[in-house]
Amino acid sequence: MAGLLGGLPDAVLSVAYLVAATLFILGLREMTHPRTAMRGNLISAAGMLLAVGITVLWFEILSPLVLFAALLVGAAIGTWLATSVETTQMPQLVGLFNGFGGGASALVAGAELIDLFGAGGAAKVAAYDVTGAAAVAGVVGAVTFTGSLVAAGKLHGYVEAPIRYPGEQTVKAGVLLVCVAVAAVLVGRPAGVAGALTADWVPAYWGLLVAASVLGVLLVVPIGGADMPVVIALLNSLSGLAAATTGFVLDNSVLIIAGTLVGASGMILTTIMCRAMNRSLRNVLVGGLGDTRAGDVADIYEGNIMSTSPEEVAMLLETARRVVIVPGYGMAVGQAQHAVAELAAMLGEAGVEVAFGIHPVAGRMPGHMNVLLAEADVPYEQMEELEAVNPTFADTDVVIVTGANDVVNPTALSDEPSPIQGMPILRVWEADVVVINKRSLSHGYAGIPNPLFTYDNTYMLFGDARESMQALANEYKATR
Amino acid sequence: MAFVENLTLFVLAAFVGYEIITKIPATLHTPLISGANAISGITLIGSVLVAGSGSTTLATVLGFVAVVMATINVVGGYLVSHFMLRRFGRRRED
Repeated sequence: MAGLLGGLPDAVLSVAYLVAATLFILGLREMTHPRTAMRGNLISAAGMLLAVGITVLWFEILSPLVLFAALLVGAAIGTWLATSVETTQMPQLVGLFNGFGGGASALVAGAELIDLFGAGGAAKVAAYDVTGAAAVAGVVGAVTFTGSLVAAGKLHGYVEAPIRYPGEQTVKAGVLLVCVAVAAVLVGRPAGVAGALTADWVPAYWGLLVAASVLGVLLVVPIGGADMPVVIALLNSLSGLAAATTGFVLDNSVLIIAGTLVGASGMILTTIMCRAMNRSLRNVLVGGLGDTRAGDVADIYEGNIMSTSPEEVAMLLETARRVVIVPGYGMAVGQAQHAVAELAAMLGEAGVEVAFGIHPVAGRMPGHMNVLLAEADVPYEQMEELEAVNPTFADTDVVIVTGANDVVNPTALSDEPSPIQGMPILRVWEADVVVINKRSLSHGYAGIPNPLFTYDNTYMLFGDARESMQALANEYKATR
Repeated sequence: MAFVENLTLFVLAAFVGYEIITKIPATLHTPLISGANAISGITLIGSVLVAGSGSTTLATVLGFVAVVMATINVVGGYLVSHFMLRRFGRRRED
């Protein structure tokens, strides 16, 4: 079979795939700096265009209409989603895209199996590595698909609370066992059941997809909002691995290389997120939080809370020389990034040194705060990572915490067991004054009180993040 | 032994990926995720083959759905990354 370019030697196709893979790697390398990252993304997109373009031109397309219709529909939906969704909804959109990639991989592996089985009959097809890879691609792809849909739904607020139920782990383990069993049938094709389960349309594979889809839902449903950065990173990794294993099924080099790059990328992010919470991946997936919640909570706050007003904070800022702003998910929810950015810009103009202290797991996906702030025109030079900003708190006059809680909770440093014990946190209290903007004294995701609220140099600025930050910006503007 | 060759690619790509991705600053992690996401849409190649050359109706239907999904992933992923990175790349004009 041959397409437009099909008359050329096979090596041409392989070289084109090699160039595409190289462009992916170069593109990722350019992403190591904010200034070159945009170019990196374009280089990577060029690699994709090359890989897809040559594939379309190379092979004989039996039903070009179907293919181009599908490409058009996909491109239209993708463009529409990317352009119509607001920055604040980015986490769920990214989750959704992840899922589509995984789902596509699972379908492709299945369709290829149908081709193989249909062409040769169950007895002829063979290679265990192909059926094995297809089984892995199917499971990983389907888990990625349904897991991402659930994650996106959670991030969008359809199901906010983690859903727990008795026997949860047993149910998950059971479904996993079903997956393994069906996969074993698919790969091993034991005599007896083989005929029925490995007919032309490969029922065993679709059974596997159903089981894996259920597993994907079960895995993500019990996970709470603040653990979402881990889930998003993990699903990202899985979507890459699904593509890579599909590459094994199709014996296609660029699929393997590109998929593996993504798999590695997602895995690294997953590790970073877990480390930033001092929890293992297993602990996050099994849902470790929630058992150690403290009962009598308000007691430590009784009579120890000092509240303040935007006017007072503006006065503090007047004499400050270095100010650090610590944003959290509350800033995203309240869409306070523009007010915060306005304040930071005014401080900068007044000669105050301004930095943003950003915890790795602040928000709902890795780098969430940075994207919001960048959207509000905060220069990336002002965004400092945990390790960089922590030593500077001692030289900081005012810290403004807005919408963050657990990531500034000193309980993490104490020996007492707590859900956040050992978690790296921002040591904001080392600054002269800490202003905490929060709607109430309610707990963060970890469900424990925060002694920082009672510290002598801590002032609570109660209120919605956007309103408070806007009021503060206005007050500060008035003092100048 | 296609399998062993493929495995070789897999292992080497994993190391390359590890070396590069660890150098990407936290501030770019969201665009990285959506950009990497778009790369995982490389499965589109497989979808194209299946949709275009599927010998049975079932394979063609599966291929159609797969192409739509993978294209959403590729186009949406790159675009979202692009929009985000556009905000990072530029500098404040004062």
